[in-house]
Amino acid sequence: MVTERDPADRLALADQVLRLAERAGATEAEVMVTAGDSALTRFANSEIHQNVAETGTSLNLRFAIGKRIGVASSGRRDADGLRRLVETAAAIAGSVEELGDWSGLPTADAGHSGGQRAEARAAGTADATPEFRAEGARAVIAEADAKGVVAYGSFATTEETIVVANSRGIRSVEVRTNSQLLTVSMSPDGGTGYAEAVATDATTIDPAAIGREAADKARATDRATGLDPGDYPVVLEPYAVVDIMDMLGYVGFSALAVQEGRSFYERGKRIGSDLVTVVDDATDPAGLPMAFDYEGVAKRPITLVDAGACVDVVYDSQTAARDGVRSTGHGLPAPNPYGPFPLNMVMAPGSASREELIGGLARGLLVTRFHYTNVIHPKLAIITGMTRDGTFLVEDGQIVAPVRNLRFTQSYLDALAGVEAVGRERRTLRGFLGAVVVPSVRIASWTFTGATEH
Amino acid sequence: MRELTDRALDTAASLGATYADVRIVRRLEESIAVKSGRVEGVASGETEGLGVRVLVDGAWGFASSDQLTTAEADRIAGQAVRIARASATALRNRVQLDDRAPALGRYETPVLEDPFSIPLERKIGDLLAADTAAGSVKGVAFTESSYGAQREWKTFADSAGSFIEQVITHVGAGVETNAIEGNEHQRRSYPDAGGGWRAAGYEFIRGLELSGHAGPYAEEAVALLSAPQCPPGRRTIVLDPSQLYLQIHESCGHPTELDRVFGTEASYAGTSFLTTDKLEEGFRYGSDLVDIVADATTPGGMGTFGWDDEGVAAQAVPLVKNGIFVGYLSSRETAPRIGRLSGGAMRADGWNRIPLIRMTNINLLPKPGMSLDEIVADTDDGLYLSSNRSWSIDDRRLNFQFATEVAYEIKGGKKGRLLKNPTYTGITYDFWRSCDAVGDERSYVMLGTPNCGKGEPGQTGHVGHAVSGARFRDVQVGVGKW
Ligand SMILES: [Zn+2]
Repeated sequence: MVTERDPADRLALADQVLRLAERAGATEAEVMVTAGDSALTRFANSEIHQNVAETGTSLNLRFAIGKRIGVASSGRRDADGLRRLVETAAAIAGSVEELGDWSGLPTADAGHSGGQRAEARAAGTADATPEFRAEGARAVIAEADAKGVVAYGSFATTEETIVVANSRGIRSVEVRTNSQLLTVSMSPDGGTGYAEAVATDATTIDPAAIGREAADKARATDRATGLDPGDYPVVLEPYAVVDIMDMLGYVGFSALAVQEGRSFYERGKRIGSDLVTVVDDATDPAGLPMAFDYEGVAKRPITLVDAGACVDVVYDSQTAARDGVRSTGHGLPAPNPYGPFPLNMVMAPGSASREELIGGLARGLLVTRFHYTNVIHPKLAIITGMTRDGTFLVEDGQIVAPVRNLRFTQSYLDALAGVEAVGRERRTLRGFLGAVVVPSVRIASWTFTGATEH
Repeated sequence: MRELTDRALDTAASLGATYADVRIVRRLEESIAVKSGRVEGVASGETEGLGVRVLVDGAWGFASSDQLTTAEADRIAGQAVRIARASATALRNRVQLDDRAPALGRYETPVLEDPFSIPLERKIGDLLAADTAAGSVKGVAFTESSYGAQREWKTFADSAGSFIEQVITHVGAGVETNAIEGNEHQRRSYPDAGGGWRAAGYEFIRGLELSGHAGPYAEEAVALLSAPQCPPGRRTIVLDPSQLYLQIHESCGHPTELDRVFGTEASYAGTSFLTTDKLEEGFRYGSDLVDIVADATTPGGMGTFGWDDEGVAAQAVPLVKNGIFVGYLSSRETAPRIGRLSGGAMRADGWNRIPLIRMTNINLLPKPGMSLDEIVADTDDGLYLSSNRSWSIDDRRLNFQFATEVAYEIKGGKKGRLLKNPTYTGITYDFWRSCDAVGDERSYVMLGTPNCGKGEPGQTGHVGHAVSGARFRDVQVGVGKW
């Protein structure tokens, strides 16, 4: 059987479930269909060791009886499966209390129907074969072999059709593709290096370049020595800056976090230096574009931070109704107690070259990426985590030695306030849930609070 | 089911697979989310599909689909073989599995009250009552209460003739109270951060007595707002089971996964400091009191099953014995590389994922002698830390830092005032070597997490940890500048 790739079939399925829901007594209903083919080729010890593919469709039904809401999901789309889906959602809606401030599902005039952002889908990813991914893995491995290091990583390709249809006229349909290649190189002399690329079109990713970057870095971190924890100025590569975006998106830039009083956000509050501008922009072709959110509402670019000052936060339909504004198109699939999320954060580039960023460190650290970060103090955005896969001591603007990995305990807000320079080159990388476009940055001070043995 | 599994296995064999296994998994889930007294989300989900894993020319391939038809079983088996042939183009060592007799049988989680048969209204009512008890405490900013249940029907068959059917049921629930003032955001969770979870039925949820406990925990959340900051220093700490289980999870569970040791998770979660030379040399992981076992047979644990997802029977594997590192979590592919047989730790997150080495129930065995209360009474000057709030550990599982929701000062053997924002940090083996007391059976309790992440594409695992609480000396407490 070939997968039913035709988005029109998916929309017809959504319409069919909507009709069943209305017949079952729904005063409003929303159906989300996600259907996709995804595959991932994973390599370790310079050989492919895991290689997987998945074909699946999932249906999510939000069923309202007045202000009472039930949600059910299912992977089944036979007649019996659809009937059970509707019955389950209806039974839940019949058992719960009213949501006092339920404002209804988003309407078509506020939303988006039939959208397909041309840049959201690339045939190069949709048609990717196991042989194509294996070739990419072999190219990374060849670069590792050439440097005498060992390659670990993965090459993933996904094509997904998203349909959101609701009883208030929303008919949003989009086919999206994405691809990610990442690798960690490990050297026999202790060094490790990381590189990653994310793109809508897998054929635009250069596996050899990614392999080379990681292998060179692994060699550059051979025989790292210990450094005392303390406060140091840092240059963070894009792989590390991603984490700052993700964490601030998580603890602060959501309307729900503000409504619940747990966000640092206040309109106009200065949280970054003049050099910091961050927009959530799903229309930016540099990221992974998408036309609408998981409520089918068109995505609007939202300026989160402008020249260091807080501007807006992102909304879904429920948080928007509470504040008397329109959804910005940042809803996640129902039921969603976590609130809206900025999936497409883009940080504005600066003017500095990599040499200028590093050159501005009298004595500091160059950090490739962070590992296993977690929130310690949400309102101050104090985060702890480790450095990983390429940490270097810089003196008088020159990289002088690799250092062993350090633990930090650092407010990401203080970090943004300390941004002294922003790189002009940016990378597209995987974030918590979406894709993030970020440059390197130089930060005046970063607090390292511990060390490890490698 | 037999028709489908036979079909997939036959097709794989006819296309050249030297080994194949097929799993058909149906999963039913239900969740209830309550926030500040309102039911924010009630959801029910069902998925069903099959996954075929094959070895061709010594290389792995896997494909999966949500269509349970013989035609699709053929297509998926064929796709898995094609993927395996692509894997073989970048292969240096052919995969060898351990020798094992075919497994046959059936296992079911013992359940007294079927969580999926209890009326939804009652489950919502129980959770709302608990949430309201927490929310009615003066000074509370918001409350979040949750309930979840999951049941899986799993059929496993392999080309050696194994055929296994299992029904696994997990339930969990909890109440979280948040208090906010200025920049201070404090939280207390009952019974644990993320809820209490078991392999059990609704009887476990009733036994938690959520509404009876939620109020006192909420009062503590509010009290923390005006509590002094936990001061930094080298301290004696006593870890409550609600924190100790995660310490075991991060600093013993993950580094003893043999696939991590061999580098197959290096590109994502990392590797392990517990390299195989440390097994040979008898590395001192902890003090003599530290006995840690991976036990897939412990009643009630979310790592309990009849067979793992490679058809290996549930068993208890010692990881640390009298403080010495003695074993790994392993699989049919990895165990022979250290001259052993699989310990039965391969677990997959549903039909569309391959099994990976996962924790089962990683238990710190209780020590006869002192109860947890007696350990506190035996402590002159220290801190009692409860309920995890934040966790982080390096990619070889050495340098960790945890935050807990609360610290209680211990002075002269008595638990005293509350201290806010406690954190502690250390190096795994230094920390476990500093363990000088482990609680006895009286506080031994099965906890666990339904949120253990691993692998690419990502998989979420349900794992168990039975713990009684323990004391550690000379631990670095506090690092922050706030
Ligand atoms: Zn875990």
